[in-house]
Amino acid sequence: MNLLEKLDAAAAARIAMLPTGVGAFGIPIEEVYSATEARIGDRRVLLLGTNNYLGLTFAPECLEAAHEAIDEEGTGTTGSRMANGSYFGHRALEKEFAAFYQCSSGMVFTTGYQANLGTISGLVGQGDTVLIDGDSHASIYDGCILSGADIIRFKHNDMADLEKRLRRLGNRTETTLIIAEGIYSMLGDQAPLAEIVELKKKYGCFLLLDEAHSLGVLGETGQGLVEKTGLLKEVDFITGTFSKSLCSIGGYCVSNHPQLEQLRFVSHPYIFTASPSPATIASTRAALELLRNGTELRDQLWKNSLQLYTQLEETGYKLGPDPGPVISAMVESPQQALALWQGLLDHDIYVNLILPPAAPEGKSLVRCSVNAAHTTEQMKYVGDTFAKLKQEILN
Amino acid sequence: MTASNYDEIMQLLCDRLSDLTLSEVEITPESNLIGQLSIDSIKLLNLIMEIEDTFDISVPINALADVQTVRDLVDLIYKIKSAS
Repeated sequence: MNLLEKLDAAAAARIAMLPTGVGAFGIPIEEVYSATEARIGDRRVLLLGTNNYLGLTFAPECLEAAHEAIDEEGTGTTGSRMANGSYFGHRALEKEFAAFYQCSSGMVFTTGYQANLGTISGLVGQGDTVLIDGDSHASIYDGCILSGADIIRFKHNDMADLEKRLRRLGNRTETTLIIAEGIYSMLGDQAPLAEIVELKKKYGCFLLLDEAHSLGVLGETGQGLVEKTGLLKEVDFITGTFSKSLCSIGGYCVSNHPQLEQLRFVSHPYIFTASPSPATIASTRAALELLRNGTELRDQLWKNSLQLYTQLEETGYKLGPDPGPVISAMVESPQQALALWQGLLDHDIYVNLILPPAAPEGKSLVRCSVNAAHTTEQMKYVGDTFAKLKQEILN
Repeated sequence: MTASNYDEIMQLLCDRLSDLTLSEVEITPESNLIGQLSIDSIKLLNLIMEIEDTFDISVPINALADVQTVRDLVDLIYKIKSAS
């Protein structure tokens, strides 16, 4: 089988999984009207499959900052941070992230994916070990692979399993990095951070926490799971993304270890790519300010999330264990998931379809991502539609 | 369950693969895990966790880059087990 035939085989498998031929993946969004509404085909749909948790995509402060940056600094930096791409804004945002987390150092990456790729591959290498949760995001897997370190998985959120694997490492734990996530993107559940910190201390290893989905969502000022649990000082490295609550694109890492600064000189995903555009940096800085002062937005986000989670649970849907803005309905088969996804779209609701092997343990998911800009009425309409489709499709 | 010699590891692994494979083909040491036994990446990663617990060893998943057949996997487990 040559290179192209291998791709043909993969395409055939994908099409066979989708007998109706509906393009659920990479569906074109023709127009965006607001943080909650857009046009797909000829339908005006309710957006319930974005990561726009605080609903800031059209925040006037962010729009204004981005416009000003384009006018004053141009559309792009045309270079890497190592060369000509380190503007005032990049350095300012790094300082603001470090201050936000009360850390000594902060780094900005061009995407959230690269934040994990660059941080992990800069921290560990051949002869070191990474212990990663089995449900880790692809950016974590890929960062580990790029690093050349030994990669050991532990069962998702299973602390007995993590300890068993730590014990087997013996004296290698001092060169071991544990990696977990504040909120896991598939089921919306949270890492048992207190227990992970306890094991990290017991075995003398390091801990990286990815707050991609929890930034802006958890904690009094939106730092994430570190703030909710009061364990900010116990986590060695915190990574995250700008592309969810901060509504732009990019990523960050913060730490109180001064050695983080060395990553600027060894981390290929940081060095060998163009830096974020001035408009991206400017809108992210404005959004970070809104996020840290966004208690009302977080309150609304959680009100909306609990409303939908409760209604779907009462309707009989099997959901992830922790209520929150990521609400995944688990169904029996890819065909059922596709039918439910299509049914929702037919009722002008856009959600995410997640089929094996992307979802954990072979599950098929219809995933909703709630945001602070949704209204009570919109949440009720979504809940009622899920209930109606359960009768029509799943029973 | 413990097994330390090569043949025992081979037998244990073949038994487990027979539960996991969707294929009707006979499992031999030369069977290709993906091409012939339809063991996809997720199944393989979960199998590795089982193997780690069965033999009380650490099997880095990046070591699987060189594993294509049942024999390759047994070789890897035997090598790690012997060194531990």
